[in-house]
Amino acid sequence: MCTFFLYFTEQINNIIYGNMSYRTSIRNKVYVFNDLKTLLAKASPLRSGDVLAGLAADSYEERVAAQIVLADVPLKNFLHETIIPYEEDEVTRLIIDEHDATSFLLISHLTVGELRDWLLSDTADTITLQKLAKGFTPEMIAAVSKLMRNQDLIAVAQKCGVVTRFRNTIGLKGRLSTRLQPNHPTDDMKGIAASMIDGLLYGSGDAVIGINPATDSPASAVSLLNMIDDLRIKYAIPTQSCVLCHVTTILQIIQQAPVDLVFQSIAGTEKTNKSFGINLSMLKEAHEAALSLQRGTIGNNIMYFETGQGSSLSANANYNVDQQTLEARAYAVARKFNPMLVNTVVGFIGPEYLFDGKQIIRAALEDHFCGKLLGLPMGVDICYTNHAEADQDDMDNLLTLLGVAGCNFIMGVPGADDIMLNYQSTSFHDALYLRKVLNKKPSPEFEAWLFKQNIMDEHGNQLPIQSSHLLLQ
Amino acid sequence: MLSNISKNSIQPDAWHSLKAFTAARIALGKTGTAIPLKEILDFKLAFAHARDAVYSLLDTQQLSTELEIFNLPVYSLQSNADSRPIYLQRPDLGRQLNNESKNKLQDSSNEQFDIVIILADGLSAEAVNKNVFSILQLLMPALQQYAIAPIVMVQNARVAIGDEIGSILKAKLSLIFIGERPGLSSSDSLGAYLTFNPTIGLTDESRNCISNIRPEGLQYDLATEKILYLIQESMRLQLSGVRLKDNAGSIEN
Repeated sequence: MCTFFLYFTEQINNIIYGNMSYRTSIRNKVYVFNDLKTLLAKASPLRSGDVLAGLAADSYEERVAAQIVLADVPLKNFLHETIIPYEEDEVTRLIIDEHDATSFLLISHLTVGELRDWLLSDTADTITLQKLAKGFTPEMIAAVSKLMRNQDLIAVAQKCGVVTRFRNTIGLKGRLSTRLQPNHPTDDMKGIAASMIDGLLYGSGDAVIGINPATDSPASAVSLLNMIDDLRIKYAIPTQSCVLCHVTTILQIIQQAPVDLVFQSIAGTEKTNKSFGINLSMLKEAHEAALSLQRGTIGNNIMYFETGQGSSLSANANYNVDQQTLEARAYAVARKFNPMLVNTVVGFIGPEYLFDGKQIIRAALEDHFCGKLLGLPMGVDICYTNHAEADQDDMDNLLTLLGVAGCNFIMGVPGADDIMLNYQSTSFHDALYLRKVLNKKPSPEFEAWLFKQNIMDEHGNQLPIQSSHLLLQ
Repeated sequence: MLSNISKNSIQPDAWHSLKAFTAARIALGKTGTAIPLKEILDFKLAFAHARDAVYSLLDTQQLSTELEIFNLPVYSLQSNADSRPIYLQRPDLGRQLNNESKNKLQDSSNEQFDIVIILADGLSAEAVNKNVFSILQLLMPALQQYAIAPIVMVQNARVAIGDEIGSILKAKLSLIFIGERPGLSSSDSLGAYLTFNPTIGLTDESRNCISNIRPEGLQYDLATEKILYLIQESMRLQLSGVRLKDNAGSIEN
């Protein structure tokens, strides 16, 4: 009788809610989540962008209810229940078509919650995690991140190892690299050069010397690329350069300019990428064109991608999926092209997506964790805008946390103040602080160059620079 | 053995002369790996100005007094974002008038207008308080051929609120002056957005923008010239946005 009654209730529930619904009850309150994407959104730690999108949990209890349900979802479900239809979205197709079923076999019997517990266990070591990377889908990793505390995100990311090479090696254990970001509001060559020299003398620029141009014009990109390349060759700096213009602009000039890394902003839905003026085949074309230049000396990782939570909602292309899951989907796009660098520009988008220091810190740790588990060379632009509830203290906290988590690279902006993009990031000094307190070193090839130029000694201390120094001539 | 503790621990950088080429914070010097305190405080002060600007209020009283010389009715309205924290998190609410404001405007007039001028706080009311009257003094005398609607001041507002205001007032064109997001180098930068046939639901590609209006940026006379050119061209071609090119000079943003 009792069994029959339960069976009957189950059937009624199925009729009312559909077979695929996810549910639990807490204190006699039944929580029903109609599909996986709703469950993921409701289980997400609070952030303003999900509230703006109308996707966030309505109460603290509902959020935990969703996390309790999510913990019991088998990983296999993520392969059968796509959160954006396969037919409508090329990013979904990429995720499903390139999923590595062989690596997945090792974890296919787990639920999301069991995966969280296993990731934190000692058997989940660097090599095992590297083997598993292609067996994970972005949605699985986004899901597990929602069940993890900041400490968990740091502990697991720290076990991942993602190493990339072009003219130097980025991402080795015990190393911390920086993108030198010498932006100028009018792309003034001397102004940019002055910031570059400043950065190099502070030991910055091993990940890339990367300029955000004030205008996306091919002519100006060519001049900027030539300028950095001349400097790089003159002083034999083992690093790579990039002008962060649109991929179509780079394709226009690739035969006449010294293009090292190819940059593009990417996102987790086809529609968002379309709003950026790109698709997968354009990225493929750019990737192949850059590879054909054969400018890398010790490796062929040549793409530089930037991402950030909230971009899809901002482009009205979020399919009612929470912003952190969509961010993880962008990493599927990135890993297709074996990038040198992937940078989540976490706090740039503003308080309507990540309201304060707490939300920015959480999002950065999630992005770094998800990217690393999916096998990407993650760096973070630790940053905020002046209308967010954040300040330098929040950035110090995040900087230190990401250093412990083993972040591949951070930004190096003069005095943390980007005078072109009008936001605050991390300074050359910040990177020196992090290297010092965590005993980290720059990329080995770049480190050797710093020794040779008498910029840094073998203990990692900055040496006094005289006005007669080679770089100041 | 203790060494003498010097009063000055700062190691200056030998490339101070490079500062001539950029406003970036280069050649800051250091103590250990840290930025010297003097530079930290300089940064903090700039940040404080930016933060204060975000939370500054439109000085509707002073603006109303200043606007009297134009002999136009002046309305003071509010968006649907009823506090600054909500405004910052809900851009959608900042694009809508609240009900009281909507009624006030609907009751105001049945006339048709060529141009409605809107003064909105945006992310820096300070930018509007400081700059907008100076630019209106140059602009208004040059607009005498047009039927100008009542001037609208609106608080906790985003650019697109001009679409609702313009459509209620049946204006052919809306011109909204709005405080831009403060940076460390400028907390009082004013933007001007021009929209032909303002209608709810328009997006950025339907507008023309002139940004960085302030004495240290795009100066008032140059900004006025650009705005006048865009108004004339917009009225002539009956459109605005990406299809309206600023052939008179370059448009920023």
